[in-house]
Amino acid sequence: MTATAERRPATTIFRRPRSTTGFWGWITTADHKKIGIMYGYAAFIFFLVGGLEALLLRIQLSSADNTFLTAAEYNAAFTMHGTTMVFLFVMPISAAFINYLLPLMIGARDVAFPRMNALSWWIFLFAGIFLYSVLVFSDPAAPAGVEGVSGNLDPADNTVLGGMPDGGWFGYQPNAGPFYSPGTAMDYWALGVQFLGLASLISSVNFIVTIFNMRALGMRLLRMPVFVWMSLVVALLLLFSLPIIAIALFMVTFDRQFGSLFFVAEAGGDPILWQHLFWLFGHPEVYILILPAMGIVSEVLPVYSKKPLFGYAAVVFAGAAIAFLGFGVWAHHMFASGISPVAQAAFGLSTMTIAVPTGVKIFNWMGTMWGGRLKFTTPMLFAIGFVAMFVIGGLSGVTHAVVPSDWQQTDTYYIVAHFHYVLFGGSVFGLFAGLYYWFPKMTGRLLNEKLGKLNFWTMFTGFNLTFAPMHWLGLQGMVRRTAYYPPEAGFDFWNLVATVGAFIIAAGVLIFMFNWWRSKKHGEPSGMDPWDARTVEWTTPNPTPEYNFGVAPTVTSLDDFWHKKYAEDAEGRPVRRPEAEETLTDLMETGINPPHPIHLPAPSYYPILLAAGIPLVGWGIIYHTSFVGKLLILIGVLVVASASFGWSMEPLEEPHDEHDDSEPSGDGYSSPEVDA
Amino acid sequence: MIWRHLGRLIRPLIRWGSLVALTVFSLAACSLVEIEDAPLTTFEPAGPFAERIDAVFWQVFWIAVVIFVVVEGGILLIVLLFRDREGRKEPRQIHGNNKLEITWTIIPALILTVIAVPTIQGVFDLTECGDDAMPVEIIGHQWWFEYRYPDHGIESASVLAMPIDREVCAYMTSADVLHNYWVPHLMGKRYLVPGQETTLRLQADEPAEYWGHCAEFCGLSHSLMRARVISMTQADFDGWVAAQQQYAVPPAPDTPAETGLKVFQEQGCTQCHTVDYGPDYQGTNLVADEFFNGPNLTHFASRSVFAGAILPREGQSWSDGLREWLANPPKVKPGSFMPNLDLTHQEIEDLIAWLDTLK
Repeated sequence: MTATAERRPATTIFRRPRSTTGFWGWITTADHKKIGIMYGYAAFIFFLVGGLEALLLRIQLSSADNTFLTAAEYNAAFTMHGTTMVFLFVMPISAAFINYLLPLMIGARDVAFPRMNALSWWIFLFAGIFLYSVLVFSDPAAPAGVEGVSGNLDPADNTVLGGMPDGGWFGYQPNAGPFYSPGTAMDYWALGVQFLGLASLISSVNFIVTIFNMRALGMRLLRMPVFVWMSLVVALLLLFSLPIIAIALFMVTFDRQFGSLFFVAEAGGDPILWQHLFWLFGHPEVYILILPAMGIVSEVLPVYSKKPLFGYAAVVFAGAAIAFLGFGVWAHHMFASGISPVAQAAFGLSTMTIAVPTGVKIFNWMGTMWGGRLKFTTPMLFAIGFVAMFVIGGLSGVTHAVVPSDWQQTDTYYIVAHFHYVLFGGSVFGLFAGLYYWFPKMTGRLLNEKLGKLNFWTMFTGFNLTFAPMHWLGLQGMVRRTAYYPPEAGFDFWNLVATVGAFIIAAGVLIFMFNWWRSKKHGEPSGMDPWDARTVEWTTPNPTPEYNFGVAPTVTSLDDFWHKKYAEDAEGRPVRRPEAEETLTDLMETGINPPHPIHLPAPSYYPILLAAGIPLVGWGIIYHTSFVGKLLILIGVLVVASASFGWSMEPLEEPHDEHDDSEPSGDGYSSPEVDA
Repeated sequence: MIWRHLGRLIRPLIRWGSLVALTVFSLAACSLVEIEDAPLTTFEPAGPFAERIDAVFWQVFWIAVVIFVVVEGGILLIVLLFRDREGRKEPRQIHGNNKLEITWTIIPALILTVIAVPTIQGVFDLTECGDDAMPVEIIGHQWWFEYRYPDHGIESASVLAMPIDREVCAYMTSADVLHNYWVPHLMGKRYLVPGQETTLRLQADEPAEYWGHCAEFCGLSHSLMRARVISMTQADFDGWVAAQQQYAVPPAPDTPAETGLKVFQEQGCTQCHTVDYGPDYQGTNLVADEFFNGPNLTHFASRSVFAGAILPREGQSWSDGLREWLANPPKVKPGSFMPNLDLTHQEIEDLIAWLDTLK
């Protein structure tokens, strides 16, 4: 089963990189853990950028008719806040978790295609940089206009910040089209999001293949941890929804660059078509953002309740059902768009249906905690916070499914409140639970609990102060995406409260960063199993060795690690097995000193090289009318082509002398040598 | 050491912080009932359509409140009951309970079925205009609403006049990007889509002035695209229609108003703005180029607000509002299609004198 490399003639452009540490070690790595860590740090930096944009918005809105930002700056800030948080923070940090944990949780040594994994990470990073390069290259906000008529801008309103993309993260046409957003900013947006989608698409295929092919011996599908299940569901969602946005974004780019008229009403194009395409991707996207966090919560709650997940199969199927139904509800973003009453009724009903599996999840999480022995560690607090806040977001979500009600609420701050309860109180809290829970896996140390609790309560308080008032602001009639409101509108007070809350959130994030920075060096050593955990990733030392497992694990049940440690007495209460300590010592021993040599995916220069060509093509397309633009396209294509060629010629692994064929095989452990 | 001290400092902070948060929350909950003076509030429906939506909202709201209390109360209860304490036994390892799980699948499904009924009825009852509704065309522009009354031959802007107790059917489209017409007291929102026609039902019970706002992001000055609706008795409305159907009256010779008209013509304002002096008017034609579309100014001075219903500001006089606007429109409304014409103080005063004649 090992597809060991035959010796091939050395046709490669570069010699195989040898360093596994230091700068080049990170640049050329194909190790899923290193890639996961890089994903995580990059995503967190973008989180800070998006958060900074949010603070700008909140300062602007803290009082009536405020002049802190210009209209262009405000529009740019909310566009980039949304784009950054969705595509550059929540998606990649979920990818960081999946990258780091998925192979560990299924007992594998790496993902199915390690170099492809590196490729998707580098494409993500370069796409993010490409998107923000708009700050350097963009012409300042050009006012809207059609040929012959153009809007006018006070010269004082022309600023660099205002030159960022300003058509909304949803890029509604025709406002974000060639006539009404004539600068290059929205081109950066369309191509940047396109490239980010490419990165996610590559990851999704990789994760699906990994889950189906690389599980440890005995790990049947219904023995997989819920986080792995949710990763699978998310990967499938990505696989089916990303092509839609890819096509839609190509249409936008063609409209903007090459004069196609897909969305130009005057030429028979249809602006509403964009919304259908965008939300046909965009609603599954919502579940792409929340399901990894739901997976994390489903791992965290049982551990600190000392009980198995209540109704494991139901939670798994509910996740799959949410994803499936998620493809049939997109038009609830468009109840005001003038679609027919039949369509409105149908999409209202399908949207309500989604509340059922979501409710199942909530109740099963409560069932997990019921009767448990709850330890309120920081991950547990964030997980409970997730459940409590997600309920609020879910309930306000149901009020949107009530179509007539939604006609009043849509495009107001009520919606902003709703999706922040789902995406901040939901996704972000879940992800923070995961960061605290799995930090030892990465570092071998624990994050400080006191700071952690302070972190949670600050964020929890700040979050509610920021977003709860937005419910009433919306129902009071405050329209979304507005930079100004008049004093007599009555929005001042709650906006000020929300702004104060936003700064409290920021303080919480600073506490988290301090905790992370400090605990990485000085945190309490965690040992192998700090939380008395249930799943396979904790059967290997912390920080995780490069090869993950000294001996490929075999699995006999759901929560296999737990059952290795605990038996049940007559009442069904857990009793620590007498041999538990010995088992742990053995695992530690084999984890540190693997009995057999282990082959790992070899590092490679080609992923980063290939990815580097892509933004070049992007810049080239935007400036394609100039010579430099054409040159950039040419160079970019050449880089991509030559890197692909070099990649395909690169041997799967370097033949090395001490190759030991005695490594046991056929034990259900799929070899990572089956390379991309 | 430092950490212990810090902890001692921080713990009361957390406790007090949570208390403050709780208080703010209770206040907020009270204010949910209190907020009624906001001019865009959705809680003061003033016509049958908005009332219908309001009724549906409250039905669902109270169901949601019950679920909220049950679920969040359940979470709190679990947290209090089952927190780890000395001497607590290890928990029993329960993997699930089919009966329970089926129950909490079916109950939400039933609740949703209950909610679905008024939803679907509401959608079908509120979408299609009634047969004897009065038609009004609403055209969205960056960043103002244009109103046309096809039955009466009237063109207006920024302020929609309508009779009470009579359904108005708005036939809407957009001249540029997506807009969204929203007057919360009268009805929910509906898009204005370039190249398409959407309809919206409006009806008011009492004579009053209502605020509206464009609710779909429509570019640079989306924040400043507002609307006003004035509902009046049928008699008042008939009077309004009669006045609007008049031609404008040319200014008397040798008045500031006449100078203002000259400024208007010389500055090229007629490219975009129409002022209808009727077929007998001797002066230059004042009909805007079809392509360059600005508000029709024939009865400009009869409107309570202008420039997308943002001027005059609260407490600002009509003339001061005009002074602010004419001095530099893109400063008031970024991206405005009306350019800064660098008008002199005198030109602005003359223009205001003339605009005041357009009753």
